[in-house]
Formats: sequence, C-alpha cells, structure tokens
Amino acid sequence: MPTITINNKAIQFEEGKTILEVARSEKIDIPTLCHNDALEPYGGCRLCIVEIMAGGPRGLKTSCTLKATDGLVVETDNERVRKSRRMTLELLLARCPNVPIIQTLARAHGVSSSRFSLDNEDCILCGQCVRVCKERMGVAAIGIFNRGAKKYVATPYQQLSEVCRSCGACASVCPTGCIDFTTFSEKTPVPLLSEWNVGTRRRKAISIAFEQAVPKTPVIDKNACVHLNTGACGICADSCVAKAINFDQQDEIESVKVGAIILATGFDPMDPTPLKEYGYGVYPNVFTNLEFERLSNATGPTGGKLLMRDADDRLKFTRPPESVAILHCIGSRDLNYHEYCSRTCCMYALKYAHLLKDKVGHQVQVYNFYIDMRCFGKGYEEFYRRIQSEGVRMIRGKAVRVTDRAQSEEEQGKLVVIAEDTLSQSLLRVPVEMVVLCTAMEPRKDAVDIARTFGISIGSDGFFLEEHPKLEPVSTATAGVFLAGACQGPKDIPDAVAQSKAAASMAQALISLGEVEVHPMVSHIDPDICIGCRVCIGLCAYGAIEFDTRRGISVVNDAVCKGCGSCAGYCPSGAAKIGHFTDKQIFAEVEGLLATGS
Amino acid sequence: MDENAYEPTIIAFLCNWCTFTAADLAGTSRLTYPSNVKIVRMMCSGMVDPKYVLKSFLEGADGVLIGGCWPGDCHYINGNMKARRRVALLHEVLERFGVEKERLWLRWVAASEGNMFAETVKEMTEQLKKMGPPSTKQRAIA
Ligand SMILES: Cc1cc2nc3c(=O)[nH]c(=O)nc-3n(C[C@H](O)[C@H](O)[C@H](O)COP(=O)(O)OP(=O)(O)OC[C@H]3O[C@@H](n4cnc5c(N)ncnc54)[C@H](O)[C@@H]3O)c2cc1C
Ligand code: SF4
Ligand code: SF4
Ligand code: FES
Ligand code: FES
Repeated sequence: MPTITINNKAIQFEEGKTILEVARSEKIDIPTLCHNDALEPYGGCRLCIVEIMAGGPRGLKTSCTLKATDGLVVETDNERVRKSRRMTLELLLARCPNVPIIQTLARAHGVSSSRFSLDNEDCILCGQCVRVCKERMGVAAIGIFNRGAKKYVATPYQQLSEVCRSCGACASVCPTGCIDFTTFSEKTPVPLLSEWNVGTRRRKAISIAFEQAVPKTPVIDKNACVHLNTGACGICADSCVAKAINFDQQDEIESVKVGAIILATGFDPMDPTPLKEYGYGVYPNVFTNLEFERLSNATGPTGGKLLMRDADDRLKFTRPPESVAILHCIGSRDLNYHEYCSRTCCMYALKYAHLLKDKVGHQVQVYNFYIDMRCFGKGYEEFYRRIQSEGVRMIRGKAVRVTDRAQSEEEQGKLVVIAEDTLSQSLLRVPVEMVVLCTAMEPRKDAVDIARTFGISIGSDGFFLEEHPKLEPVSTATAGVFLAGACQGPKDIPDAVAQSKAAASMAQALISLGEVEVHPMVSHIDPDICIGCRVCIGLCAYGAIEFDTRRGISVVNDAVCKGCGSCAGYCPSGAAKIGHFTDKQIFAEVEGLLATGS
Repeated sequence: MDENAYEPTIIAFLCNWCTFTAADLAGTSRLTYPSNVKIVRMMCSGMVDPKYVLKSFLEGADGVLIGGCWPGDCHYINGNMKARRRVALLHEVLERFGVEKERLWLRWVAASEGNMFAETVKEMTEQLKKMGPPSTKQRAIA
C-alpha cells in the first residue's frame, strides 16, 4: 500500500484519496469551508491549505483537491500554513464580519480583526449551494455571478427559475444559512412536517420517526425524496458508512399464521379545525392537546420548553406565555360531535396546568374551563386538590368562544376566552396568551375497515365493541380476536395497560391449549340435501362457509361458525341447520306450545 | 273475567342475546304481562326460518312475535337485518294465505329493556284481541 507522511506520521492509504480525506481518516484536523463530502473537490476557500515538504511539487496546496501520492511528506499546521490561513480568514472576515462560522474560525486562528475594508455579506462564496444544485440535483438552477468582491449567488439574470424544484438542498448545505430558496422559483415549497411532532417541527425526506422508534432506522418519504422521484441526489446513500440505504426496497406484505389476534389500534385525537369558534389554525397560539404534549416533551420542537408560537411562522417558538387557558371537553360531551366523555382530558388538563406552573414558573396564570371534573381514578382526586393548591384557577363552565377582538385595554393583543361561569352564573371574558384545546379521543379513521377485516362490531360511539360490557370486556364477537386499549373506547394509560394484559392472557389461554373446543350449536349443511345454490355463503357474516367445487355443495367450517343461523334461516333446501335448533326440534317446540290445554 | 273470552296465543321467537334476556329481566323484575305469549329461544333473530312462522300459524297461533337486537347491536353483526328482510317477505306471503300482516311483529328489544318487552306483549295481545281469531282459524272452526 502507498504511504504518505503527514505531520511526521506515516500513513498507509488507498489510491485515489485526497490529502484531506487521508488526514481526516487519521483524525488530523484540517479546517475547511467549501469542502463537502457529497460534492466534487472544489478548492475555493483555501482554508484547507497544507504544505508539501517533499515527495512532490513543494509549496502550499489545497488539501481538498490534491490527491495523496506515495512518498509525499505533508505538514498541516506549520507557521507557513497558519499564516496563509490567517490571511484567508482576514479576507473572509472583511467580507462577512457578522457571520458566526467565520467569526469562530477566525478566533480559533488568532484573527480578531481585518486590515481590509469591511463589508457586510452573509454569503462566503463557498459555492456549495451552486455545486449541490448542479452536481447532485442535476438542475443547476443557481450560479455564482459577477467577479471579485462583487460575486453573488443567484438564478440567471435573477429571474424566477423554471428548473428549480424548490427542494431546498442549497439551503441545507449553506454553512451560513443565507440562502432563501423560496425566492428562486414560482413554486411555493411545502415544508415537510414531522408527523410524530404533529406538525410542530420540520423533518427531512429521510428521517427517523422518533427518538425511541424500534427499530431505530431512518425511513425515506418516497413522495418527497428527490432521488426516488428524479434519480438525482442520492447523497444519503453516499454518506452512509454502513451502505445500508437501498432505494430499490419495496413495501412487502407478509402473511403470518396466528392462533389469536389482539387489536390495539388506539384512537385519533379530534381535529378541532371544524369547531371554528375556538379559532384553531386561525390564531397561532391556540394549541391542540397533542401539540402541547410535543412542546412539553424533551424531544419536541422546543426541547421541552413551553413557548408561544411566532405570529408569522407556525414553526417558530418564541417566549413562555404569561397566561394560559385550558379548555376541557372540546368535541366531547357535545351532541354536535361526540356524546361520550373522553375520560382522559380532565386529568391531562390538570397535568398541563402543573407542567405550566413547574416549567414556566409560578407567576403564570392558568385557567381550566370545565363542565364537570371527573377525577375517577386512584390518586386522581388527590392530584386535583394539589393542582388547586398550586394556584390554578378552575372555572366551571365550558368555554364557548376564543376571539382576538379586544373590548378593553387589558384584552389588547390577547386571546379572549368567553365562557359562562355556571357557579356564579356570570359571563366571563378571560384574556390569555395561549389556549390549549383538550379535544376528544375519536375512533380511528379506518376503524370501520379494520372492524370489517377482523369480523368484529362497532358500537354506536364508533369504537370497537366488546362481546359483553361486564362479562367479556376484552373479547369480541369473533372468537380469537381480542381488544386492548383505546380502540375499544376512550381510556387512560393505566386502564389501557390493564385491558391489554387481560387481552394477552385471554389470547394465551386460547393458544396454549393447542386445540379449540367448538360448541355444538354450530351450523351443519347436510351434503345430501344441499343444492349448491351458495346463498348461505353470502349470508354468513363470518366467512364460515366454503364451496366444495368437487361435490358441488357448501360446507361449514365449524371452528369459524358462530351459530347465528343466518344460513339456516334462509337455506331454500333446508340443508343448513344449527345444532340444537333443527326444524324437528323447533317444530316440536311450537307444536307443544300450541297443543290445546298448554 | 269471562271464561269464554277470546284469548289469543302468541308464539315469540326471541333472540338469545337481547329480547330473550329482556323477557328474563321482565320476569326477575316482577313485571306483569299477559300470559298469552309462548317463547321459543333462538340464537339470533336471523335464525328464524320462515317455516317456523308458517308452522306457528298452521298450528293455530294467533300472532307471531320475532324479537331481535337493535340495528347495529346484533351479536352476530347483522342477523337482525336479515330477519327484517325475511319479515318483509313474510308479510307479503301471509296476506295471500289470508293471515293479516298485523299478526306478525318484528320488534327490537335490548337485553336491558325488560319493561319494553312487557309493553310489547301487552300491546300485541290487545291488538290481537281486537282483531279476533285469524280468518283461517275461523274457517276451520266453522
Ligand atoms: C393529549 C392526550 C394526553 C394524554 N395524557 C395522558 C396521561 O397523561 N396519562 C394517561 O394515563 N393517559 C393519557 N392519555 C391517554 C392515552 O393517550 C391513552 O390511554 C393511550 O394512548 C391508549 O393507548 P393505546 O395503545 O390503546 O392506543 P394508541 O396510543 O392510540 O396506540 C395505538 C397504536 O396502534 C397503531 N395502529 C393503529 N392502527 C394500526 C394498524 N391498522 N396497523 C398497525 N398499527 C396500527 C397506531 O399507530 C398507534 O401507535 C392522553 C391522551 C391524549 C389525547
Ligand atoms: S450561499 Fe451559502 S452555500 Fe452558497 S456560496 Fe454562499 S455561503 Fe456557500
Ligand atoms: S350459522 Fe351463522 S356463522 Fe354459522 S355458517 Fe351459518 S351464517 Fe355462518
Ligand atoms: S476546503 Fe479546500 S479549498 Fe475550501
Ligand atoms: S343476536 Fe340478537 S338479533 Fe342477532
């Protein structure tokens, strides 16, 4: 293997690598500005300068462009090199005195001021944006124009570009953050929002769903990925050391044979947009419950700080609120939306009140607007008392409206919550800076499809129906299918866990037997009588009947049959009958009941 | 009470999961309702074969009551909807045989509605009393 000597250290390297790459692989630090692993060597900023001492043409060279060769002797940090870098940085500092990355680099190299006349540019002309657009996106929508000190980055003639895809690659590589790619084209870029963070922060086209995801592997959003849509980019694949990125991967459907199924598909939080009176989506500081959860979470958009939204940018958070109103029962216990109580809101609303007092400080004013406080669980009532003692105001009355139309000095610039205080029977107007809507827990949007797939029923509230509310709370009308958690109805975590454990034991009890006991009251189709009309097959809600093409008759799978008799009630030939409910038995019963003297 | 007064007999095919349980509840709640009703337990209203209804009328029943779960509540998903279709057909057929369709009732009664079951039986008995015996039976007697 060829060998290079860097700072007196002999290093073996692979043919084709640049001096910079070899040095970095040995953790020898060389500062760079215009270099980007994903781009072709450029040699523009001259910060990566090193001195060739022997083994090749001597002198100062840019290490990001010069290939390592056998026998080369290099120094990366001698006085000549440092002097050259200081000069480079002085020039950069003159052009961009206010760019943090330049200030930091200059300071690290002992440059505190520039002898040249100062300018005030943000762009350091590293050209990464232009190169990424051309080399990786294959678009070349922007270029560097003009000469010398007047150079600038723009679209040709500074006209709106027709080729720019608004992908934002230029902005994402810019070390100074000075690119506004939204001005390059007519298209309005749609930000990719993190689903996990309910849209409170951005995500990339390749991202890890959330910090605790299992498996913790990134996924590519195939609608947003430039490579999958145009064949360009592919930067992630190049930069993955493990070479784990596979653009050809397709969705796969796997079939798994199981003896029992537990449905734990949960709930959807209700979208409060249709409830226009609360101004969600109109006033930036009206939050949903889940958005507030993300704010208070250490891995959320604010790192756990409870901050208000910027009036102009929904993705920017500014300062903690001075007053907050928490509105209970939004969409729950409301005949217009959901008649039921969502059960969890009272308690998490109290949790929010506590979090506000804890994180923002005791001075923050917190108001809870409630219909009734339902603190039903173990320790819940005690928690309620504690929150009250923390100075949280509890107002008994549902908030009816949130508005920004001030009627007094005090309401100026605030959100005003209007509610009837049913205890004092007075109408209240409470000005606050932030409103949190405790929206209903709803059945998931696809609950009907899931129910159909698994042959279970849905209750009038839209949640999955248990077999019996008291005696069979986790089983369903279909044997072997069990329910756990909020898919069966709104419930909190302790209840969801209890029900899940019950469902798991029910499933275990069923599968550990190794065989299934079938009750005798199931359908039987007499093969000698069946005429093969197949009417029963369409009638069976459980798919328990199959057609035997060889014999030309319908056959019941008695492990699946529930014994409802839909088939028997209809079978025109009288072939389908339920055990214990045969014609003979029913006729005898009717005859007995109608016999004179009975 | 007049010993010779006409007492109709009702055969009730009741779904095990709702109306049959409601009848049970009516009993344990000590509700009184006419003894004119004779109950046949079915697993679901969807199990009631039209033959059973015809058989009942042939054997001399004055009315037939089918009791099932409320729509959406059927233990077997939608057996009650199948019953509803069948009753609609039976109403057509019975008329042709000279049995007024008012003699065949389909009612939704949930397991918790014991009082509703008692009310239904009272109502049906009264209506049948007003109607008198079915013409088929009158002819047979005559
Ligand atoms: C704002 C808010 C705050 C809350 N705070 C608290 C609290 O502080 N304490 C507390 O005890 N409770 C709280 N709750 C209640 C708590 O969220 C629920 O009790 C809990 O989430 C229910 O758990 P689950 O597993 O049943 O459902 P979910 O948490 O909804 O989980 C269901 C999972 O199934 C997945 N899924 C759905 N359909 C499919 C499918 N077809 N195939 C594969 N996967 C699928 C979903 O993606 C989801 O991951 C709160 C609820 C809300 C709305
Ligand atoms: S805009 Fe940013 S990325 Fe482009 S050349 Fe200037 S500093 Fe470099
Ligand atoms: S009795 Fe019901 S579940 Fe059984 S085969 Fe007939 S229709 Fe299907
Ligand atoms: S990093 Fe080598 S010249 Fe900029
Ligand atoms: S189970 Fe009662 S009508 Fe079907």
